[in-house]
Amino acid sequence: MKLLVCISKSPDTTSKIEFTDNNTKFNEGGVQYIVNPYDEWYALVRALELKETLGGSVTTITVGTAADEPVIRKALAIGADNAVRIDSEAKDAYYTAYQIAEYAKSGDFDMVLCGKETINYNGSQVGGMVAELMGLPFVSLATKLEVDGATATVHKEMSGGVEVVEVNTPFVLSAAKGMAEQRIPNMRGIMAARTKPLEVVAPADCDALVSFESYALPDAKTDCKYVDAGNIAELVDLLHNEAKVI
Amino acid sequence: MSVLVYIDTLNGSIAKNAMEAVYYGSKIGSTTVVTNGTIDEGALAELGKYGAQKVLIHRGLSSNDSSQLTNLVVAAAEAVSAETIVFSLDLTGRSVASRVSAKLKAGLVVGAIDLPAADGTVKVNVFSGKAYGNVKVNTAKKVIAITPNSIGIEAADGSASVEEFSADCGTAGIRVKEVQKQEGDVLLPEAELVVSAGRGLKGPENWGIVEDLAKVLGAATACSRPVSDIGWRPHHEHVGQTGLAIRPNLYIAAGISGAIQHLAGVNGSKVIVVINTDPEAPFFKAADYGIVGDAFEVLPKLTEEIQKLKAQN
Repeated sequence: MKLLVCISKSPDTTSKIEFTDNNTKFNEGGVQYIVNPYDEWYALVRALELKETLGGSVTTITVGTAADEPVIRKALAIGADNAVRIDSEAKDAYYTAYQIAEYAKSGDFDMVLCGKETINYNGSQVGGMVAELMGLPFVSLATKLEVDGATATVHKEMSGGVEVVEVNTPFVLSAAKGMAEQRIPNMRGIMAARTKPLEVVAPADCDALVSFESYALPDAKTDCKYVDAGNIAELVDLLHNEAKVI
Repeated sequence: MSVLVYIDTLNGSIAKNAMEAVYYGSKIGSTTVVTNGTIDEGALAELGKYGAQKVLIHRGLSSNDSSQLTNLVVAAAEAVSAETIVFSLDLTGRSVASRVSAKLKAGLVVGAIDLPAADGTVKVNVFSGKAYGNVKVNTAKKVIAITPNSIGIEAADGSASVEEFSADCGTAGIRVKEVQKQEGDVLLPEAELVVSAGRGLKGPENWGIVEDLAKVLGAATACSRPVSDIGWRPHHEHVGQTGLAIRPNLYIAAGISGAIQHLAGVNGSKVIVVINTDPEAPFFKAADYGIVGDAFEVLPKLTEEIQKLKAQN
């Protein structure tokens, strides 16, 4: 199987979120970037498992600048065969999806996998957009993926349960929790990643459709009101009469 | 302005988040709703109460395939010359909204938590609930997908006209083999009340006290990441940065310390109650009400007191 996995960077989950330039820019100072957890733990690892059992190759694709290469090398250290970097800032989801679709169209891939969303912009847009731009089926929020020849059986989340579906390759899939177990790269993988091919491709011409004008942090909570563990009736009274939520 | 709202009615009823999407649309312009399947016409006409003028229903399409629904929404948007298309960010809306955006080359705002501001920007959650962003759409046509339970809805008098609508939606690339319904009556992503627990409960066999409280409240149950990772609870109950981000009216957390990744998934909650034996647990800093105490004693007591309250009303 020829598999393409979309890899995005995101700030480490423990990052303190701050903004600069009058709240128009994310403050990258001191922020450690990681491979977006949904892309890494679920999409990439499941792709590697499929390659290990069925043969084939796993290519990663990232829309980003040279500054993103450590994140790309991490994906290679986990086991991807080669990487592609579209040499541009990821301007918005559509721009990113357009670049991925343009590259993927020429690559004869059986499957394009991505995480269900990034943990910085939480858009969950790129997978669906890539599918639409390529005219392919989109299996979203997949928690289990098995492949038999040219047919895949996928468990996907739906409102109020799980749907088991069948889809023929090629298709686009977004991976959610449950798909695979996180893999920690070993020293051999890290060494090998240094010399694996990382192709840099010029971006295709495309406009961003949306832009972030400004950011804000949530208001700090006012002090917590403590209720004595022996007086639960008081808590119920507060929830009913003060907060009016029950 | 003409607004089109897509809602998922395939289970035969209209969920609250769908009504919210309709209400949201009606605050922007003259709203037409599009849906598909076999839902009762009377139920659709009721959407007039939330501001819908007209409902288009495609009876011939019963699938939730994102490609077919995209064709349906785009055809309906053309039919009513919609300038803005609204979705609820439920599991179906999520994938259809992004396809529609790409097909129409219309800028997409995902995770809206408020109506568009006077300058046209829309407020969304970013960084998994740790911050907000104000998004500007640079295209004439716009797509907005709203986070469930973000704006209060009000019902007024009104009835929408219901019209049969058909469009060539193509074939489904995805064949549904089986549907496994989740246990429990209240779905977590749309729940207004949530009872959640973490490792402090010591084992999956102790979840009865969480479920009992959820039952008397009519709440959904949720859990922290470690609990779903070790298999005490199913993955779909995991709330937090790498799980589900929710915005209920009330979030009760028992035996969860409140790591920054967990808070990211729940800090959109209107009221947070934290129950923890450790007075230093970071979650108390994000709580509205706190009880320093043992969940094994507090939860059953809370269930009992809420039963008393319900009996009075």
